[in-house]
Amino acid sequence: MIEIKNLCKSFGDKDVLKDISTVFESGKTNLIIGQSGSGKTVLVKNLVGLLTPTSGHVLYDGRDFVNMEKKEQIMLRREMGMIFQSAALFDSLTVLENVMFPLDMFSSMNLTDRIKRARFCLDRVNLVDAEKKYPAEISGGMQKRVAIARAIALNPKYLFCDEPNSGLDPKTSLVIDALLHSITHEFNITTIINTHDMNSVMGIGENIIFIYEGKKEWQGISADIMNSTNERLTDFIFASDLLKKMRAAVKGKE
Amino acid sequence: MLIEKSLNTLGRYLILMGHTFQKPERMRMFFKEYIKEMAQLGVNSIGIVLLISFFIGAVICIQMKLNIQSPWMPRWVTGYTTREIMLLEFSSSIMCLILAGKVGSNIASEIGTMRVTQQIDALDIMGVNSACYLILPKILGLITIMPFLVIFSSATGILGAYATAYIGQVLSPEDLTLGLQHQFNAWFVWMSIIKSTFFAFIIASVPSYYGYTVEGGSVNVGKASTDAVVSSSVLILCSDVFLTQLLS
Repeated sequence: MIEIKNLCKSFGDKDVLKDISTVFESGKTNLIIGQSGSGKTVLVKNLVGLLTPTSGHVLYDGRDFVNMEKKEQIMLRREMGMIFQSAALFDSLTVLENVMFPLDMFSSMNLTDRIKRARFCLDRVNLVDAEKKYPAEISGGMQKRVAIARAIALNPKYLFCDEPNSGLDPKTSLVIDALLHSITHEFNITTIINTHDMNSVMGIGENIIFIYEGKKEWQGISADIMNSTNERLTDFIFASDLLKKMRAAVKGKE
Repeated sequence: MLIEKSLNTLGRYLILMGHTFQKPERMRMFFKEYIKEMAQLGVNSIGIVLLISFFIGAVICIQMKLNIQSPWMPRWVTGYTTREIMLLEFSSSIMCLILAGKVGSNIASEIGTMRVTQQIDALDIMGVNSACYLILPKILGLITIMPFLVIFSSATGILGAYATAYIGQVLSPEDLTLGLQHQFNAWFVWMSIIKSTFFAFIIASVPSYYGYTVEGGSVNVGKASTDAVVSSSVLILCSDVFLTQLLS
């Protein structure tokens, strides 16, 4: 479980995150949604330590990440996995080597076991056949799946995903969503997904936090969205005419 | 303003070096990268070093013969000056300037691309000391291979000089040999190696700094690459003055 208490982040005079407090539960897919520039990525970067909050606390199962020693932060980071918007695979390594990288770095397994574990992770994302290819030789969707395999290689307790579906077609997005959802439940991971994708919101949103201009505007589950009276949320979710009509139709049936 | 900016850059560079010179998390991975960098930065540069050294050695020999040699000069003067120039300046300083262009831009663009594509962020989030993992093998790899490049460069330059003697018949091989052996001081070889070791540190660390601290996109990576080459070249030239004074 990750708990945020009164988190603020400013860049010069600009307040990007304003007093955010929330809880991301373990074994659930926690989604952070909001318009571009609302502060979603800054929030995730503060959670993983790529940025330092101006004030506030980030508690990982009670351990205060912001105020802990550098060495403790590094140890805690080994319990994290992250999937970047761009996948961020290492260009010079093959798919198998990319997945093996965290194992090579931090596990005490022998080579045979490391390869076995990496192949298990690749099998989990249906990519065993691509293990000898380089990131440049595979599609964007496959790169995201390799990034997921790499992120789960060390059995992380916390998984962060920064717009995992960006640049992917709707069908591949669904595959990625299903994968993240099943991995979260299978390994009881605290998964935090930063997304714009409404399919993800409605499909796998077990705890949704809506950020508006740096503030937590709304929190709930996907089923609550349909009946939400929060105008900013409904304007964001049902932005297109098609979605507005669909919502009206669903509400009409109810 | 300029002084403040320079001091700020120096401070950030020193902090980065502080992060770089730490015990690697996994020695096995470090040695793998160290060997890879020696091959990539050093062994892959042997070709250009040999090519340039051969022709420069030949040109120096011809210039010395045509412009310095006279009936008033001893016949060993061409070989002697060719050896001294190759050993004291070309094989250490000038060759390192050339390598600053080739290797420096390679390092800055490689690390810069890793920065803008979030590969360095990925390393940091895994709990890897990214500066140590990426930069330390490059610095140590280049420092290890540099003495060999200096020796190869000097030897090939002298081969170039012999080519002008045997093929171009600019001077007799006997005169050249006499000059090459005249008052040979072994310390000059060590001086060349010591100087080039310092330069190797500059060539690997300065572009690494520019690449590591790049912000933005591909345009900034290109700019960082250019800045890295310019800065490391200027630093090589400045430190050459001090090192020559110190070691002579």
